[in-house]
Amino acid sequence: MRIVANTDVCVGAGQCVLTDSAVFDQDDDGTVAVLIENPEGQRLDGAREAVTLCPSRALSLVED
Amino acid sequence: MTARLPDTLPITRGCPYAPPDEHRRLQQEAPISRVTLPSGMTVWALTRHEDIRTMLTDPRFSSDRRNPNFPLLLEGQRLNTDFVPSLIGMDPPEHGPARREVVGEFTVKRMAALRPRIQEIVDEHIDAMLAGPRPTDLVKALSLPVPSLVICELLGVPYDDHDFFQARSSLLLSRTASPEERKRAVDELREYLGELILAKERVPADDLLSRRLAKSDDHEELKSLAFLLLVAGHETTANMISLGTMTFLERPEDIRTIHEDPSRTLPAVEELLRYFTIAEIATSRVAVDDTEIGGVPIRAGEGVVALSNTANRDPETFDRPDELDLERGARNHLAFGFGAHQCLGQNLARMELQIVFDTLFRRIPGLRPAVPLDTLPFKDDANVYGIHEFPVTW
Repeated sequence: MRIVANTDVCVGAGQCVLTDSAVFDQDDDGTVAVLIENPEGQRLDGAREAVTLCPSRALSLVED
Repeated sequence: MTARLPDTLPITRGCPYAPPDEHRRLQQEAPISRVTLPSGMTVWALTRHEDIRTMLTDPRFSSDRRNPNFPLLLEGQRLNTDFVPSLIGMDPPEHGPARREVVGEFTVKRMAALRPRIQEIVDEHIDAMLAGPRPTDLVKALSLPVPSLVICELLGVPYDDHDFFQARSSLLLSRTASPEERKRAVDELREYLGELILAKERVPADDLLSRRLAKSDDHEELKSLAFLLLVAGHETTANMISLGTMTFLERPEDIRTIHEDPSRTLPAVEELLRYFTIAEIATSRVAVDDTEIGGVPIRAGEGVVALSNTANRDPETFDRPDELDLERGARNHLAFGFGAHQCLGQNLARMELQIVFDTLFRRIPGLRPAVPLDTLPFKDDANVYGIHEFPVTW
């Protein structure tokens, strides 16, 4: 599974970084930056939670 | 399902912190229904967690408070003010770029960098409590000054003026203030912030207002932003400090838990946010296009209020929703709202609460309420729930 981040709709709430800061980061203007595109195991569970929590629905997980 | 349970909102909380029974009944029997607000406006009330998330992410629902159909709780609440719309009143396409200009100030990393200073502020206030008389009012000694000082330093507002802006911002959140009082409070705050921004322009400092001024000379926009951050930035967190402290004092085993393992404080904060959901009023919208929520058609021009406190006890979303379980670990609550307007300062609030609870019970292990908890004056008269005064001793 690959994380897709739509930086146009990201509002920088930081819920994803709070979920797993090894997978998600924010740049200087708060926009999401994906650090690990294809997370596995626990990291994948965290990414799923981040997708659910993202208030602007900027995140999704896609099958490659 | 429409108009089956016409009701008047808001109804003050029972118990004292659970959602009113009437709201629960709506959730069970008519989760999307027409209700009449004290202002006389008839709007849709949403009570289910998923419906509220859907509504708050649907661009057909507008945040523009200038829209005559935007839900107003009270008559005269729409202020005839000179403020230009702030972030909370903007829609796409203006909202995204405007939020992006400031959200960088509130990233998780930026908040982490503030941690040592916030810890210092909390410690200083606890030092003062310990050196002062007992009992003391926790609200005045800790709950209000800590977040107030933090937002002042971040924004660049002189804390010495806190009596001035605290009095006016709490009046604005009150349900009992007259329209004239509210108007005067807004005008005075606007004039104060206007002068402050002129002063920052002459002598910039290391603060948010100065950084914004370096990039934009739009003083009107900056006044609105400063007003929003100042009012939203202290009273909300202050109320959660008081309510959270009250809760922990009733549950000594939870104090022991976070003391032995501080990694449990943040999940506890999250659960307290869900359980109390103090700011329901921020999630009202008005439909600007015909749409539907949960199969119920909603027409352009109809207002919608989201009863987030009730939705945060939605049994479809949360197991044992009325149980306060500090180890629940559920972060999908609506206490900070949802959608593009979700609270800008949420990570600041989380950290302030975490630091306060970690520090307060460690430094004052004998802390206890000085009056029976059921006699505390809860803010049933305000738009943001909390406690007016909380006498504590040790």
